[in-house]
Amino acid sequence: MTINGRAVTADVEPRTLLVHFIREQMRLTGTHVGCETGYCGACTVHVDGRAIKSCTMFAVQAEGSEITTIEGVADGDDLHPVQEGFWERHGLQCGFCTPGMIMAAIALLDENDNPSEDEIRHGIEGNLCRCTGYHNIVRAVEYAAAMIRGVEPPPPDWEKGS
Amino acid sequence: MYPRQFEYIAPASIEDALAALDDDSKVMAGGMSLIPLMKLRLFSPGLVVDIGRIPGLDEVADIGDQIEIGALVRHATTATHPLIRENATALAMAAALTGDVQVRNQGTTCGALAHSDVAADQPAGALACQAIMVARSSSGTREIPAGDFFVDSLTSALEADEILTSIRIPKTGPGEGSAYDKLGRRGGHSDYAVAGAAAWVRTSNGSIADARVAVTGVGTRPQLAESSAEALIGSDGSDSAIKAAAEKAVEGITVLEDLYGSEEYKTHLAKVYVGRAVRAALANAF
Repeated sequence: MTINGRAVTADVEPRTLLVHFIREQMRLTGTHVGCETGYCGACTVHVDGRAIKSCTMFAVQAEGSEITTIEGVADGDDLHPVQEGFWERHGLQCGFCTPGMIMAAIALLDENDNPSEDEIRHGIEGNLCRCTGYHNIVRAVEYAAAMIRGVEPPPPDWEKGS
Repeated sequence: MYPRQFEYIAPASIEDALAALDDDSKVMAGGMSLIPLMKLRLFSPGLVVDIGRIPGLDEVADIGDQIEIGALVRHATTATHPLIRENATALAMAAALTGDVQVRNQGTTCGALAHSDVAADQPAGALACQAIMVARSSSGTREIPAGDFFVDSLTSALEADEILTSIRIPKTGPGEGSAYDKLGRRGGHSDYAVAGAAAWVRTSNGSIADARVAVTGVGTRPQLAESSAEALIGSDGSDSAIKAAAEKAVEGITVLEDLYGSEEYKTHLAKVYVGRAVRAALANAF
């Protein structure tokens, strides 16, 4: 398979989950292991362009696929617009869910670069934030969507006044 | 959490996959139902037969008076494919409400049907749309009507040596429409159904000439709500007729309490969602 554009080859047990392969064999620890039951989405990566939960896929299922993890979304020192959005709109508190949230948000914006708030919330329904920081996560995705479309992002809530 | 050790094969043809099946094997398509069970060690097959690499199984086809949905068609495709949306609207709506984005990107419609969870969405859609399950074994092909397919909790009519290679659904005719709706376990539409319902209707000259209603999440299996359908047939589809039919949602069905609702609450929800599904099906029929 390729991970973030790099071809990799390895032998794994059939029961090796993709997330463990990525973290422990490829040493890419940005992809997080959260609930381990397919609910939380912290382990979200892209397999052939589709957002999937890497704790619920065997590494062997991804043989020959193109994998993108959180480490592969920035262009050198230039953050991906979604990463920038999380930075600019304070889209994280503890940060544990952030890699998965960003991967889910990128997949959402790949399909729809002008989502409504409702569409954003549905697009990240497979990702849980235990800090319950959803409000700013939605703002971060809105910021990223604007940047991707090349328009002025909405002002941050803290500059809007009450 | 690692599953117990198992052997794994990813055959290149359906014939090779069928030849590998035995009493200790399990077929895997997307793995969205199987892998969590294996990780929790609730289920530990000795051999996983991954059909995910078999060419041709990921197609949605127009086959004359039916459409055919292959074993590897993912929920995301079922939810959006024009042929399915037009001819199996209830199934497409159920697929759109299955799991979450990531699950819909990886899991398959046929896999969800074969898994036969008591609270899954798409079995209700398959029942309402009168799907035919196409089961292949090394000795031949068997067609199983959806009404005979969901046997019990996590138990379908598939034998250990069979693979659900596709489902076939009759195309929507004039005046026909279907729909699905549910209450999810995490509120709204999220997660498995606390209760859900699918309805299919054929309207003719302002009345309902034929109907099928199915419920999920309330009993031991997704099943047809035959009394509701009988009440609809011959009616004018008015609010009072729908309400009367919805009242019969669990007639003849054993409603079971679970972590997500009491028997009373689930009975109430079944009636509410049968009503909503019938209304939406009627709206789709015109």
